Amino acid sequence: MTMQSVAGDVSGAEVIEGRSLWQDAKRRFLKNKAAVVSAFVFLFLCIFAFFGQFLSQYDRETIDFTLMGANAYKGVPSFETGHYFGVDSDGRDLYARTVQGLRISIMIGIVGSLVAGIVGTLYGATAGYLGGRVDGIMMRTVDVLMSIPFMFVLILMLVMFGRSITILFIGVGLISWLDMSRIVRGQTLSIKNKEFVEAAVAIGVSPAKIILRHIVPNLIGVVVVYMSLLVPTMILTESFISFLGLGVQEPNTSLGALLNRGAGALQSGVTTWQFYFPLTVFIVLLFALFFIGDGLRDALDPKDR
Amino acid sequence: MTIRTTLLTGTASALIALAGAAYADGHATHPVTGDALASEQVFTYRVLDDFPSIDPQLIEDVEGSAVARDLFEGLMNEDAQGNVIPGVATGFEVSDDGLVYTFTLRDNAMWSDGVKVTAQHFVDGIRRAADPATASDYAWYLEVTGIVNAGAVTGGDMPVEELGVRAIDDATLEITIDAPRSYFPQTATFPTLFPARLDVIAEHGDNWMDPENIVVNGAYTLSEYTPQERLTRVRNEMYWNNDATILDEVTALIINDENAALTRYFAGELNMTDVPAGQFPRLSEEYPTQAISFPNSCSYYYLFNHVSGPEAIQDVRVRQALSLAVDRGVIVDSVLAGGQREAYTFTHWAIPGWETPDIEIANLTQEERNARAAELMAEAGYGSDNPLELEIIYNTSDSHAAIAVAIGQMWKQTLGVETTLANQEWGTYLDTRGEQNYEIARAGWCADYAEPSTYLDLLTTESSYNDGRYSNAEVDALMQEAKTTEDPLALYQQVETIAAEEAAIIPIYHYASVRMMSENLKNWPTENLLQNWYSRDLYIAASE
Amino acid sequence: MFSFIVRRLAVAVPTLLILIILSFMLMFAAPGGPFLSERPPPQQVLDNLNAKYGLDQPYLKQIFDYVVNVVFYFDFGPSFQYRDRTVNDVIAQGFPVTLTYGFWSFVVALIVGIGLGIAAAIKHNTWLDYLAVGVSIGAEMLPNFILAPILLLTFTLALGWLPGGGWNGGEWQYMVMPIIALSTSYMASIARITRASMIEVMNSNFIRTAKAKGLPMRTVIFRHALKPSLLPILSFIGPAFVAMVTGSFVVDSFFSTGGIGVFFVNAAFNRDYAVMMGLTILVGSMTIIFSLIVDILYAWIDPKIRY
Repeated sequence: MTMQSVAGDVSGAEVIEGRSLWQDAKRRFLKNKAAVVSAFVFLFLCIFAFFGQFLSQYDRETIDFTLMGANAYKGVPSFETGHYFGVDSDGRDLYARTVQGLRISIMIGIVGSLVAGIVGTLYGATAGYLGGRVDGIMMRTVDVLMSIPFMFVLILMLVMFGRSITILFIGVGLISWLDMSRIVRGQTLSIKNKEFVEAAVAIGVSPAKIILRHIVPNLIGVVVVYMSLLVPTMILTESFISFLGLGVQEPNTSLGALLNRGAGALQSGVTTWQFYFPLTVFIVLLFALFFIGDGLRDALDPKDR
Repeated sequence: MTIRTTLLTGTASALIALAGAAYADGHATHPVTGDALASEQVFTYRVLDDFPSIDPQLIEDVEGSAVARDLFEGLMNEDAQGNVIPGVATGFEVSDDGLVYTFTLRDNAMWSDGVKVTAQHFVDGIRRAADPATASDYAWYLEVTGIVNAGAVTGGDMPVEELGVRAIDDATLEITIDAPRSYFPQTATFPTLFPARLDVIAEHGDNWMDPENIVVNGAYTLSEYTPQERLTRVRNEMYWNNDATILDEVTALIINDENAALTRYFAGELNMTDVPAGQFPRLSEEYPTQAISFPNSCSYYYLFNHVSGPEAIQDVRVRQALSLAVDRGVIVDSVLAGGQREAYTFTHWAIPGWETPDIEIANLTQEERNARAAELMAEAGYGSDNPLELEIIYNTSDSHAAIAVAIGQMWKQTLGVETTLANQEWGTYLDTRGEQNYEIARAGWCADYAEPSTYLDLLTTESSYNDGRYSNAEVDALMQEAKTTEDPLALYQQVETIAAEEAAIIPIYHYASVRMMSENLKNWPTENLLQNWYSRDLYIAASE
Repeated sequence: MFSFIVRRLAVAVPTLLILIILSFMLMFAAPGGPFLSERPPPQQVLDNLNAKYGLDQPYLKQIFDYVVNVVFYFDFGPSFQYRDRTVNDVIAQGFPVTLTYGFWSFVVALIVGIGLGIAAAIKHNTWLDYLAVGVSIGAEMLPNFILAPILLLTFTLALGWLPGGGWNGGEWQYMVMPIIALSTSYMASIARITRASMIEVMNSNFIRTAKAKGLPMRTVIFRHALKPSLLPILSFIGPAFVAMVTGSFVVDSFFSTGGIGVFFVNAAFNRDYAVMMGLTILVGSMTIIFSLIVDILYAWIDPKIRY
C-alpha cells in the first residue's frame, strides 16, 4: 500500500464523519424559518439579477435622449412605457440598471468573501499548523496589517492599479482576510493534535498536503459561517467605495452607486424613485443575506447545543 | 513721452466717500441704489473645499483668492464689470514701448497695525512669490504677467533682486515687463502680486496668517479660521476706505457635499450656494428670484491625443465626425440645464472684446451635423463592419460622468463608435493626461485674465498646458503675431477657425455660474466674468 | 501581567516602523504627486516644491529623515496640500473634534446597544425581541452616506431643530447629527452581539441556579449574567472605539465638523503624503494601545485568562 492511499483512506474516513455533521447542520438550518425564507428570497434575487434583464425591452446603457433631463415627468415608473422603475436622470432605464447593479453587488459580496475566505484560511491554517517561530512572525504580521487604516489602502490600490472590477473584488476581499486568519489559526491549533493529523504526520505526508487535505476540510464549518457573514459587509464596503466615486465604471453600476445617485435625487425631492427602488432591493438583499448567515451559524456552530 | 492712463478715480472715490458718510450717519440706505440696509450686515456663503492656502503669494484656487482680495489690496482692483480700477495705486503710467509701468500709490493706505503701505511692500510681495525658497505653486503667474526675469528667478538662475520690479520711492513702484501685454494692468489685481510684510512673516513664520498674528491692508481682517469648517473675516477699521464698506462680517462655510449645502441654504444658514447640475430648471421655477445663472469664464472640452492616440483620431475626418456628433444642445439643456452655452470655439463667448468667428458647423442643425458626421466616418473607412473603439477618460464627478455617458451614447447611436468610459481619480487623471496615456480626455480651462489668448495659448506647440499636444505651425505663428499686434481680434478668430476646421479639440460648452442667492444679498458682480468679487462691494438689503 | 504589557509595547515599536515603511512604499507607487494640478507648474517650480518638501531625496533617506523627525522631534512634517499648516496642526485641530463626537458616539452606541441587546435577550422570542432584531439589522445595513442626508433633511430642513453642520467649539446642537450618523451601525452591531451572548449565558447552568435560588431577576441579570455576556463585545469594541474616535469621512464631509475623518480619503486623493503618514501612525498606535487595553480587560473580566 502506498503512502498516498493511506492518506486517502484517512481523509476518506473524515469525509464520512463530515457527512453526518453536514446532515445535522442541514436539519438545524431547515428548522430556522427566517433562514429558509431568506434563502428563497436570495435565490430569487440571484435569478432576478442574472435573468431580470430579459423581462425588459431596455438595456442598462442606452440613453433615451427624449427623456434625458425630463425624467421628472416623462420618465416616471410605469408598466405602459416599459420603464418599470422609471428612468434615471441620464435617461437610462432604471430597471435594467438595478438588475445589473444587483448582479455586480452580489458578485462583489461573493467573490470578496471567497478571496477573504481562501486567503485567510490558508494563512491561518499554515500559521497554526507550523506553530513556533513561523506562527509568531505570521501572526505579528497580521497585527501590523490590522493597524493599517484599510480604507486608505483600498483607495490607494484603486488609485495605483487603475480602477477595475477585479481590483475592487481583490481589494475588498483582502481587507477582511485578517480576522478570518485569526479565527482559523485558533481552530487549527485545536485540530492539529487530533489522531488523524498525527497519523498523517507519522506516515510522512508533507505539511502542505496535511494542511490542504486534513486541516482545511475540518475548518469548513467555521469558514462558511464567517464568510456568509462577510457577504453583506462586502456589499456595504463596495457601496462606500462607490460613494467616493471609485466604484465600478460607467455604464456599469452597482447598488451602492445607484443609491448614491438616488440620495441626491432624494434631496432634490422630485425623482425619488431613483432612490426607493435600489434601496428596496438593497435592503431585501442584505436582510436575506443576514438571516442566511445567522442560520448557517446556528446550524454549524460547534458550540451550539 | 508717456501715455497717461486716466482711470475713473475722481468720480468713483468721491461717490464712495459720500456713500461712506451716508452709511456712517446711520441713514442706513445704500448710497447708489437707495435700498434700505438690513441692520445686520452679515454674509455667509459656501465653499466646496478647504482653502489650500490663504497666503496671497501661495494661493492656488479661486476661493482662496476671494479671501485674499478681502484681506489684502493690490495695486489695482476690479469693478463689477471686471474693469480695472485703482486699488492701493491711484493710477499708473505706461512707457511708449509698453514695457514699463509706473504705479503711484495713495498716501492714506495703511496696514492694520498702522504701518503705511509702501512701494517696497509690493516689491517684497512679488519677490517673495518668485523666490524659489517660497516654492509657490503660482510662481508661474509672474511669467504670465511678463515681469522681466520672472522665470529665471523662480528657476534659481538669478537672485530675486534681478526681477523687473523696483520701488523708486515710498509712493512710486516701477514694473518692467518683457513685451507689451495689453492685459498687464489686470494681472496687477491678482493675489500673487499683493504686497507682503516680510517683518510680520519673519516674526511669526508659517503662523503669520493666524487671526492673532495677521496684518492686513484690505477691507477685512481674519477673525476666525477653523480648517474644514469655516473662515470668518470682519471689517478692518484701518482700511483707507473703511467708511464705504457696508458688510461687517463675511463667513465662508466649508461644505463638501453640494446637496447638503443646498439643504442648509433652504434652512437659512447660507446666503449663497451652488446649484447641483440639472437642478436649475426646477429651482428657477420654484424660486425665480433666488436661482440665478450668469456666465463664468471657463470652457469645457474634450482633448484628442494628437501624438500617441490611436491611428483613427489622427485622421481629421474622424475627429471632425466625432465633434459633429456631439449634440451640445442636449448637454447644455438636458444634462447641465443651468444656463451654460453650447461651444463650437474654445474661447468663452463672454470674454470682453471677443467676437466668436463664424464657425460653419455651429450654423447647422443637429440632424445635418449627424448626417455629415456619418458621411465623414464612412469616408474614413469606419462603419458597422469596422467599428471604431475609443476610450474617454474623465476625473471623478457626477457631472463629468453624465456628460461622458451622454457623449458615448451620441457617438454610438450616430456613428456606431464603441466607447469605454474610464473614470479616474483626480491625481491619476492628471498624470494620465499629462503623460498622453489616453485617447480622448475631458478637460476644462478657466481664464487667468479676460483676453482670448488665455485660452488660445493652449493650442500652441510650446504651451505646457497643451495636453493634447496639438501642433500647427500656422496657429503658432498667428499667436506669436498676436502678442505684438494692436488689435489681435482677427488673428484670434483665425486661430479658432483653423482649430475648428482641424477639429483640434471638441469644444462642448461654456460655463455658467449657477447659484442660489438670497434675495436681499445685493450687488453681486454677475457681470464680472472672472468672478473676482470683493465683499466690500456687497450689502444686505433690509427685507421689505 | 506586567511583563505581558512590556512585551506587547516592545512589539509596538517595530510594528509602527513597518507600518511607516509600508505606507511609504504605497505612496511612492501611487501615480501623480502632491503638486500636480490642471495647470501643472513649470518644471523649475516643481523642483522648488520637491526640494522644499524633501521629495527630491532618495527614498531611503526620505524614510530615515521622517523617522528621525517623528521620533526625536515629534514632528510629522508640513502638509503638502495645506501650505500654511503642518501635519501636527492638522491633527491638533481635527483630532479633538473627532475624539469628542467619536467618544460620545461610542458611549451612545454602547449604552443603547447593550440595553437593546439585553432587553431583546430577556424578552427572547417576543415582539420586543423581533423589533429589536429588525431595527438593529436595518440600522447596521443602512450606509451612513444615506443616513446623513436623511438626518439633514429631517432635523434641519423639515423640523428646523438643529443646525445643518459646523462644529462651533462643540456645542451640543452641532453634535447631535454626527453622533446619530456615526453611532447607529455600531450600536446595532453591539446590540446583536449582546443579545446573542446574553441568550447563551441566560441558558447556562449557573444562571439557572441563581434563578432557582429565587434571586430577583434584576440581580440575576446585572450581578451574574452581565459580566460574562460582555466578553464577546470586548473584542468588538476595541477596534470600533479606534474607528469612532478617528472619525468618519461621511460625517465630517456632510456635517462640516472640521474633524480629521475627512482626511482619510482626501489625503489619499490629494497625495498629501505627510498627512496620510501622520494619520496612519495615529490610527496604528491607537489600534495597538486599544487592543492591549482590551486584552487587559479580558483578564480582568475573565479570571481564567492568564498572560
